[in-house]
Amino acid sequence: MRQIQTFTSTYTADVSGVPSALYELGGMSIMHDASGCNSTYNTHDEPRYYDSKSMVFITGLSEMEAIMGDDQKLVNDIIKAAKELKPRFIAIAGTPIPMITGCDIEANARVIESETKIPTFGINTNGMHSYVEGAGEALLHYAKAFVKKNIKKKSNSVNILGATPIDFSVNGQIESIKKFLESNGIKVISNFALGCDIDEMANAGEASVNLVVSSVGIKIAEYLQNEFNTPYIVGVPYGNQMKQDLIKAIVGASFATPSFISDIGNKFKNEKIYIIGESVTSKSLARYIYNKYGHTAKVISAVELGNTYHGDIVKNLNVRDNVALEKFDLHIEDEDNIAEAIKDAKMVIADPLYRPIVPSKAIFVNHPHEGFSGRLFRKNILNLIDIL
Amino acid sequence: MLRSVSEEHGNIAIGKSLKEINADAPFDTGLEYGCPARGTWNIVHTGFLVPECHEVFVCAANCLRGVVLTAAEMGTIGQFSTVTIKENNVLDGNMEELLIDGVTSIIKKLKKKPRAILVYTSCIHHFMALDLDLCYKTLRKRFPKIKFTDCYMNPIMRKSGMTPDELMRRQLYSLIDKTDKKDNGINIFGNNYATDESSDLVRLIRSSKYKLRDITYCRTFDEYEEMGKSRFNIAYLGVAKKGLYDISNKLDQEAIFIPISYDPNTIKSYLKTLADTINVDINKFDFKEDEALTKLKEAKKVIGNTAIAIDYTFTPATLSLAKLLLDYDFNVKKIYIDSIGEKDILDEIKKKYSDRDIMFYPTVNVAMRKNDREQSEKYLALGQKAAYFTDTNYFVNEVECGGHYGFDGIKRLAENMIEANSKEKDASILIQKKGLGCNCLL
Repeated sequence: MRQIQTFTSTYTADVSGVPSALYELGGMSIMHDASGCNSTYNTHDEPRYYDSKSMVFITGLSEMEAIMGDDQKLVNDIIKAAKELKPRFIAIAGTPIPMITGCDIEANARVIESETKIPTFGINTNGMHSYVEGAGEALLHYAKAFVKKNIKKKSNSVNILGATPIDFSVNGQIESIKKFLESNGIKVISNFALGCDIDEMANAGEASVNLVVSSVGIKIAEYLQNEFNTPYIVGVPYGNQMKQDLIKAIVGASFATPSFISDIGNKFKNEKIYIIGESVTSKSLARYIYNKYGHTAKVISAVELGNTYHGDIVKNLNVRDNVALEKFDLHIEDEDNIAEAIKDAKMVIADPLYRPIVPSKAIFVNHPHEGFSGRLFRKNILNLIDIL
Repeated sequence: MLRSVSEEHGNIAIGKSLKEINADAPFDTGLEYGCPARGTWNIVHTGFLVPECHEVFVCAANCLRGVVLTAAEMGTIGQFSTVTIKENNVLDGNMEELLIDGVTSIIKKLKKKPRAILVYTSCIHHFMALDLDLCYKTLRKRFPKIKFTDCYMNPIMRKSGMTPDELMRRQLYSLIDKTDKKDNGINIFGNNYATDESSDLVRLIRSSKYKLRDITYCRTFDEYEEMGKSRFNIAYLGVAKKGLYDISNKLDQEAIFIPISYDPNTIKSYLKTLADTINVDINKFDFKEDEALTKLKEAKKVIGNTAIAIDYTFTPATLSLAKLLLDYDFNVKKIYIDSIGEKDILDEIKKKYSDRDIMFYPTVNVAMRKNDREQSEKYLALGQKAAYFTDTNYFVNEVECGGHYGFDGIKRLAENMIEANSKEKDASILIQKKGLGCNCLL
């Protein structure tokens, strides 16, 4: 049956994706929720929470406020907090009950912005999608509000898009990508948004190409493409071959640039090797395995793909070349369907919490993902940029 | 009026002095902040006190995330499953079907069938008017050998009706059947922690003809069910009070509520009530009052004038504890508490200690995120939130009074304070672990 997880975990939801993406940017992220979203986020989804002062709050929505449609309290409470805390911007993320009661998050955001003169985004999350949607939307809103227009491009330069601890933990992977690029003559204009600099982010329009390192970055990449005519390429450089391919791709990037991770194509043989996780990082790992060992792995994206498509199982994928998955890959979000897809597996590479549904005969390779197991295996998450 | 150094340095003045604090409306409400102290148990931890059970949560993905990882971190994910609600279920109105078929599918896949299943529904079911009766009736018919009970993860109700925590303490005992075959049993009701064997409460019961039962002792579902045979239910945590009366009424048991207190006369009074009920001569019972209060004096000597901070998660009788410490001349300076239920005790403190520099702080106010935690002097904290907000590694790491009760509880408190005052702990590691005392794989 779909929609059940008998043995495994569940992914970070859209509502947590919003503060995760915006965490370092000086804003105030508010989850319009009764309670619970905040502790889930700051316990399991946010490794930076303990010592920092980033402003992430809930509205504490009550039964009566929901029934009476008392949006005024939401507005008043946010305005009051904003006056005290003076954030650079305000982001409001919806949850299931505001969705049911038809709370107009965007309209409330406009009222708050009008009153406070602080840029305010209403983000229509509802707690029913993965972090890919929430974080992607949050970065998109941020870019629309803060990236400078009419800016001159710089050749051989990139923005790194889609970096959050949910996919990359806090073990220096994004910093490693940045160091690698800069040591190869590629200027990193900005990074959205892990270990980032808000002044650099404002200049994101300068980049000659955008590097999307997770599906979280696809929406903002499409925006920057439309706004600044900047092409984007998708993938994370694991191993020397991919690093060289990435430099070539950046230097020669155009809108027709083939993906440097999604070009297995007809070389795919069903070797019953599966990688389960987020599409871009998983597909990058599959490409590394092919480069290094000559084996082809099938990726099962267990979260949304980051583009505008929402669906459970994509058959005969007809997505753009620069979105990660290929036709032989799968997009499955349900435990039962994933278990069915891997029942013939010889090897599965996935978060340890997938272990119970992996056939006992298959080799299981632990590949912890904060988006699935939270902080549980954080110590075991490797900086694959450096070690592969 | 003295203010903390942090407030002098441009932080938001959210604290209220003893003179300013008002029990009815201690602090403004608004957006809420969650500090990273995670030792208090949640409904997942508490549910797993039922032996041989399986928990199923039916909610939207964002609500599931926190609970499934609670189970994973405590090593019980094998007894935990989820059913995810999506938009189509809301629009199609097939929430009953989703719950029934989801739970059915989960049960069919479990190799070892549980004795009981705790099904947790959520805020969304409340608003969609889910027909719970139909769901449970159908499940009970399909799986007659498994007991089902309704549990709730509906934080939207925390400001109206029974809170989720109160509901959980009640539903924890809802799987017990009523029986006419009563024995000489007494249940301690509604606690996450076993009450200390050395406590006045347990010693008193052990000195009687009655047999003590507690869900925390139960290792099998059969043992759990035997709690229905007991004649009395005793609770001492406020959060268990409503459940105590509901369940006692349902199971034809006598309810005794003797709330935790740090006031010697109150402790004796409650224990006398219990002693009278279970036919123990209280005059022959050694409260060990002197031993406890001597230890407290010793603690004062060791700790001296070190500043003390207390938070409400340490004990539900937060102000009773504060008053005891003030009575023994401890330097209580900060109390972290969002709402005040002990109005009379606050009045007593105000009357008796009006000259003392005691500040009250909320824990959820957004200013608590902004304000500096660093203090200009050493703090000894009682509770995880107090430790976090005063940025100290000198703290007593307990929640919900840790199973201590009565004069023995005071003695243990004093011992723990002496130890905490001299030995630093790593607060950043300890307080972020969920469910203090549960297994933790972190």
